[in-house]
Amino acid sequence: MVDKGGNKMKLAVLSGKGGTGKTLVSVNLAAVAGDAVYIDCDVEEPNGHLFFRPKGVCSKPVSVKIPVVDEKRCIGCRACVEFCKFNALAYIKDTLLVFEELCHSCGGCLLFCPEHALTEKERIIGEVQYGTSEKVTVITGRMNTGEASGIPIIKKLLADNDSVEGKLTFIDCPPGSACIVMESVKDADYCILVAEPTLFGVHNLNMVYELVKLFKKPYGVVLNKCLAEVNPAEVFCEEKGIKILGRIPFDAELGTINSNALIAARESTLHEKMFVSLLQTVLAEVRHEAVIDS
Amino acid sequence: MKIAMPVNDKSMEASISDTFGRTRYFLIYDTENKESIYVDNSAAASQSGAGIKAAQVVVDHKAEVLLTPQCGENAAKVLQPGNIKIYKTQYVAAVDNIEAFQKGELSLIEKIHGGFHGGFHGGQGRQ
Repeated sequence: MVDKGGNKMKLAVLSGKGGTGKTLVSVNLAAVAGDAVYIDCDVEEPNGHLFFRPKGVCSKPVSVKIPVVDEKRCIGCRACVEFCKFNALAYIKDTLLVFEELCHSCGGCLLFCPEHALTEKERIIGEVQYGTSEKVTVITGRMNTGEASGIPIIKKLLADNDSVEGKLTFIDCPPGSACIVMESVKDADYCILVAEPTLFGVHNLNMVYELVKLFKKPYGVVLNKCLAEVNPAEVFCEEKGIKILGRIPFDAELGTINSNALIAARESTLHEKMFVSLLQTVLAEVRHEAVIDS
Repeated sequence: MKIAMPVNDKSMEASISDTFGRTRYFLIYDTENKESIYVDNSAAASQSGAGIKAAQVVVDHKAEVLLTPQCGENAAKVLQPGNIKIYKTQYVAAVDNIEAFQKGELSLIEKIHGGFHGGFHGGQGRQ
């Protein structure tokens, strides 16, 4: 069993690009943690559920507010058009056009309209699914195709978790270091950066390294796909003095299990041991950081 | 009749811009008095919806025809209710396209592309 002294903690798993092993790490860590929560914030293409195959799934829609114009009241002053930074509004031949998918739901156009011709309506942009896999609560965000921003879904994913309050939570982030990733790590207590052993991997690691430093989050690196030869990502960590939490080997068996959408830690004792050990290291780090912080 | 074109420079010989929404300037040519004006495209630096804002500029200048190498769907949704006909450019220089249009050599754009939403650098950040 793993000592979960670091419970109630939110651990975000991120990387500068897709395919480095965020889902592998977060799914397996949640699986060995047992009574834990796994949240898939990669709302454009969530895949953690493919591994967990959660049961008793229920879903809640996520909606945003978009403006609706009352044409009888609109005087064509264009205050709203000029205000909108996202160009979601245009005024053509005495008609206000609303480009719903460009709207960021800031509500500013309503405030600027001198005639109160604008009101808001709900528009569904995706959903949040809740289920369980053994003792793990699996929460998945899913954005509808063609939507501009998944941020409202991330907010919902990370806010509505009263039922799982107090449990160790793993946040599987979207790739990169854009707004959607910032939203995912904002409330995290610790960040786990997953890196590949290539120069390109170093570039991507640097992106998320800069992000977590900017957010003043404690962090450590998991080196994935490790080979016998020199690992540029490891060299980078040594140069920058970054804590290496663990090394996952470039292993055919692990790759096969993973590509069959199975959870390695539940399939083989060897892999279970590896992820238990990784979780212990991570939790020790989290506790250490919490002590420093207090 | 006023003809609008996305151009890279403020001259009749200027090359046509590869993009509509993020062009630097619009050339508006008036066939009645043969005068042309150049309009800065304030949409060029937009985070999103550049095509919409650029199309608004073209509509506001009362153009009836747009000559462009391509046009995105959001821009088209503004241009169509604005009763602007969209023709495909065939030549590099603006002046050559005006001439070709007046001779009836340019054809209406049939293919409206899905847009380069989020800008050319993949603004949504997926790497």
